[in-house]
Amino acid sequence: MDSSVEAHRAGGAWPARLDVAQSATGLCLAAFLMLHMAFVSSILISERAFYTVARFFEGQYLLGTSHPAIVSGVAAVVLLLFVVHAALAMRKLPHDQHQLGAYRRHAARFGHADTSLWGWQAATGFALFFLGTIHLYGMLTRPALIGPFESADRVWSGRMWPLYLVLLFVVEVHGGLGLYRLALKWDWPRGVDRTRLRRLKTAFSVFFITLGLVSLGAYVRIGIAHADHAGERWTPALSTAGR
Amino acid sequence: MSAPTPRRLTIHILRSAPGDDATPHFEAFRIDESEGMTLFIALNEIRANLDPSLQFDFVCRAGICGSCGMLINGRPGLACSTLTHDLGTEFTLAPLPVFAVIGDLSVDTGRWMRAMSERLETWIHATTDADLDAVEPRMEPALAEAIYEADRCIECGCCIAACGTAQMRPDFVGAVGLNKIARFRLDPRDEREDADHYALVGNDDGVFGCMTLLGCHDVCPKGLSLRSQIAYLRRGMAAQGLR
Repeated sequence: MDSSVEAHRAGGAWPARLDVAQSATGLCLAAFLMLHMAFVSSILISERAFYTVARFFEGQYLLGTSHPAIVSGVAAVVLLLFVVHAALAMRKLPHDQHQLGAYRRHAARFGHADTSLWGWQAATGFALFFLGTIHLYGMLTRPALIGPFESADRVWSGRMWPLYLVLLFVVEVHGGLGLYRLALKWDWPRGVDRTRLRRLKTAFSVFFITLGLVSLGAYVRIGIAHADHAGERWTPALSTAGR
Repeated sequence: MSAPTPRRLTIHILRSAPGDDATPHFEAFRIDESEGMTLFIALNEIRANLDPSLQFDFVCRAGICGSCGMLINGRPGLACSTLTHDLGTEFTLAPLPVFAVIGDLSVDTGRWMRAMSERLETWIHATTDADLDAVEPRMEPALAEAIYEADRCIECGCCIAACGTAQMRPDFVGAVGLNKIARFRLDPRDEREDADHYALVGNDDGVFGCMTLLGCHDVCPKGLSLRSQIAYLRRGMAAQGLR
């Protein structure tokens, strides 16, 4: 511990801005994650339901015609939030072998749940640098290819299912832990009960992982059935139910 | 009816002495447990009967002075407030990490705490000298209670030893430092403004460095609500920084 006041004097507004920005971007990304899963899982209702949701986000029902660029725009904003959040969160990760070793020894010795969970939060965050970026880049550059057949072909014939499978676990664990930590960090709601919050965090991850697995299963099933016609766009007449 | 046979305790103590060539090593001591035995009593028994060279600190024996902090099965706690009855028949004791080791279980928390106090200027800052003969200005009982609550900290160092951030970043002021600023921030006798507090803890060595792992909150021998104190300070410093 260095006792010098001057050496550690806080400089300007930036530390506060960065801390708030880290929390705010994390909250926005978690909210997007929940909405995203709700839209994606509409495939469980029917192919037409997912088709309708996809076209809605392309502005078809508001503007009269589909504009996939809107999806690209949303993906660009999410990517920007993602990069900013990652850059800010990186400041908290161990910077070298010494810091990593100090954390690992401490976590192993202490056996404290919230300390160990931070290790999972950091590890899943690190994995998202790669997994999340691949997915977001695909949505950014090929926004028109979202639909019952289009998405299912990407999952199965495009061999994206292994990545989505890992991404699902990683992102839902990270999101659940992040929201949990956020509530405790700012003590909001004020005086929130930690045991209850921890149960909620687990329920969040379990619910979204289950929903994601079932949805991914549906895309795989459609993708296998449609493999011979991969690349073909979905229309109500061409639905797997109609074949 | 005969008295129950006392438990035979095996206590593994991490032995070390700075400057000594021998690497730190665990040494096992076996003693019989007595009724109401605390770790403080057990350590005195070891020193009196088995090894007079064993080093550990104590003053008050009542959880007030904060001298006997140590890792008990990897978890920071006070030797004088820990009953052996609450532990298994075999357990480990080690010095608190982060602080300089004097020998065996004795660490120099004083040097660290002094440096922290000097850096955070943890005393009342007033522009006028106090009139020692005058009656002090009145204070609302609720405010006095809140100040007293934060002031119950005994600087034992357990929160620092339980803090993942402090293990990785030696200049992090930890819960003990942040709790002190939260305490002086409440005190109307201290004329410092939030801008002054921000200059002391508005950075990553201060409140924005806290990753909310909550080891501090969970081990505090005085049961201080460090989680609330740090969140309270974080909200205040974020508002100050964004002003």
